[in-house]
Amino acid sequence: MATRAGKLTTADVVRRNLHKKTFDARSLAFEAALILMLLLSLAILITLLADVARTGLEVLSERGTDFVQTGLSPIASRAGVFQGIVGSFLMMAFVGLIAFPMGIGAAVYLEEYATDNRLTRIIDVNIRNLAGVPSVVYGILGLAVFVEALGGATGGRSIISGGLTLAILVLPIVIITSAEALRAVPSSIREAGFGVGATRWEVVRSHVLPSAAPGILTGTILALSRALGETAPLLLVGAVTGFFTSGDQTLVEQLRGDFVSLPTIIFSWARQPDTDFQALTSAAIIVLLVVILLANAAAIILRNRYERKW
Amino acid sequence: MAQAERPPSGLSLTDLAGSPARRRKESLVARAFFGIAAVSIVISLLIVVSLIGKAFTFLGQVDLASLWSEGWFPRRSLFDVRTVVAGTLVVTLIAMLVATPLGLGAAIYLSEYAKPRLRRTLKPILEILAGIPSIVLGVFALNFLNPEVVDRFLCGDASFFNLGGAGLGVGVLVTPLVASIAEDSMRAVPMSLREGAFGLGARKRSTTLNVVFPAAISGIVAALIVGASRAIGETMVVALAGGATGGALFSIDHCQQGQTMTGAIAALAIGGDQVKGSVAAVNSLFFVGLLLFLMTLALNIAGGRFVRRVRQKY
Repeated sequence: MATRAGKLTTADVVRRNLHKKTFDARSLAFEAALILMLLLSLAILITLLADVARTGLEVLSERGTDFVQTGLSPIASRAGVFQGIVGSFLMMAFVGLIAFPMGIGAAVYLEEYATDNRLTRIIDVNIRNLAGVPSVVYGILGLAVFVEALGGATGGRSIISGGLTLAILVLPIVIITSAEALRAVPSSIREAGFGVGATRWEVVRSHVLPSAAPGILTGTILALSRALGETAPLLLVGAVTGFFTSGDQTLVEQLRGDFVSLPTIIFSWARQPDTDFQALTSAAIIVLLVVILLANAAAIILRNRYERKW
Repeated sequence: MAQAERPPSGLSLTDLAGSPARRRKESLVARAFFGIAAVSIVISLLIVVSLIGKAFTFLGQVDLASLWSEGWFPRRSLFDVRTVVAGTLVVTLIAMLVATPLGLGAAIYLSEYAKPRLRRTLKPILEILAGIPSIVLGVFALNFLNPEVVDRFLCGDASFFNLGGAGLGVGVLVTPLVASIAEDSMRAVPMSLREGAFGLGARKRSTTLNVVFPAAISGIVAALIVGASRAIGETMVVALAGGATGGALFSIDHCQQGQTMTGAIAALAIGGDQVKGSVAAVNSLFFVGLLLFLMTLALNIAGGRFVRRVRQKY
């Protein structure tokens, strides 16, 4: 062996140290603590889903599609979420029609057109701060502007006011995610366009936007699902917390009249002391979560699939 | 021939400028995009104007002594600011006590320890948790956290609505946000720093804690600040689980019912029709809203400043 008269050579020492089974309790404890934190987060998610499923699935299996086809009612066995689905859907249409074009437009300006000057920096900082404003403050804005100041056009406490408020709420999110997607498009793509004589708008329309489309789409889906789950602003804009009947109204009447959305129905049901309504609350949560989680999953899959390294 | 009149190069600047129609369209499009981007400034101004105007109307309508009384009871014209601010701070503190270890722990594990495959499965699950709307967590806090966690483990005899459950609920809501921002900033630390530490014989734990963590500190602090700002502004969890009935006595006891700024706004919004007698009660909503807006704005600006000051460029 390499030992000379019982003495270790340097090579032996190094070899021994490299192969030594190092048992370090503190490292193990640290890693275990990290795993514990992660598992705890996941356990909360599972508990939440299990709790909702336990109380809600029964109602859904008993009532079937009837639950999503009937309207609000003070009697638990006859109450459904139809009006909430209609309300949420119509407000999402407002978000899609207003927040998406405006958000993408603003992002295109900031990333493609703006020069680095004072005004651009102000707009940029302003948008970042807007994204951090609590949603309930947007509700106050909606109450002051859309319900009171513009009440004549929006019908006051109506789906129009709610939809506009939600659109403004998600606008900064759409701008930020779209700007990120645009920034990820390498400048060589733009330079190629300019090189063959295209104007800036032609480059943006035919090259930059198509390349950034998956990223923009992911951001907009996430913004939409955020808007779908928002409750507080709608309470301020005047979503009904009791019940109302909606018969054969025209679309315009529906847009300007009383309204609820899925989350506001959950809020009003959760406040009922009746245990029947507790089960209904869970059932409504399941309906909401299915829609939102499907949208989020679609966004995440889309992102992972089209994530491109340039 | 036209060519003969041209300068020797054969081209002039006007030839290179492109067709006037295209240039006109181009500047029109540029101005339209600028107009859209400027709308964000209009929105900010609208927020500030709509808050400030009525907040001052409110201050003119009420006895200023009622802003420093024994509780928050808008219907009895008691608008104790301390009550709602204290309630908000209690909820935020509990939320951050939950979100900081859970969020940072998950972030460190995902960024430094998890194998790529595990990370690819776990990260989307965290993102799903982030996508759960606050109303759902509010119901969960009311029906599960309040009775099963707060009442059973944390307090002997908690009230049905309590700030503790609301704080835990908000903490769960904020955890994925903290985790995601912190994880991004730790993954942005270049591999060469870790390799340098390993090369010197450092263990994984010391590399993580002494090299990666300090290098990513700006993002980690930003994550916590953004999380706290989100917790302060969170409404539905508090409105359902913390103090659903609107009024509350001054309390910083997590076992008892309380009221936060956001909860007070929501309660005023749904009870708005019943307080017809008191215009001040409705206008107090704008006053509290202004307070909330200024607090979150200060936190967000502080977070942004901190990131810019401490961030290292690699």
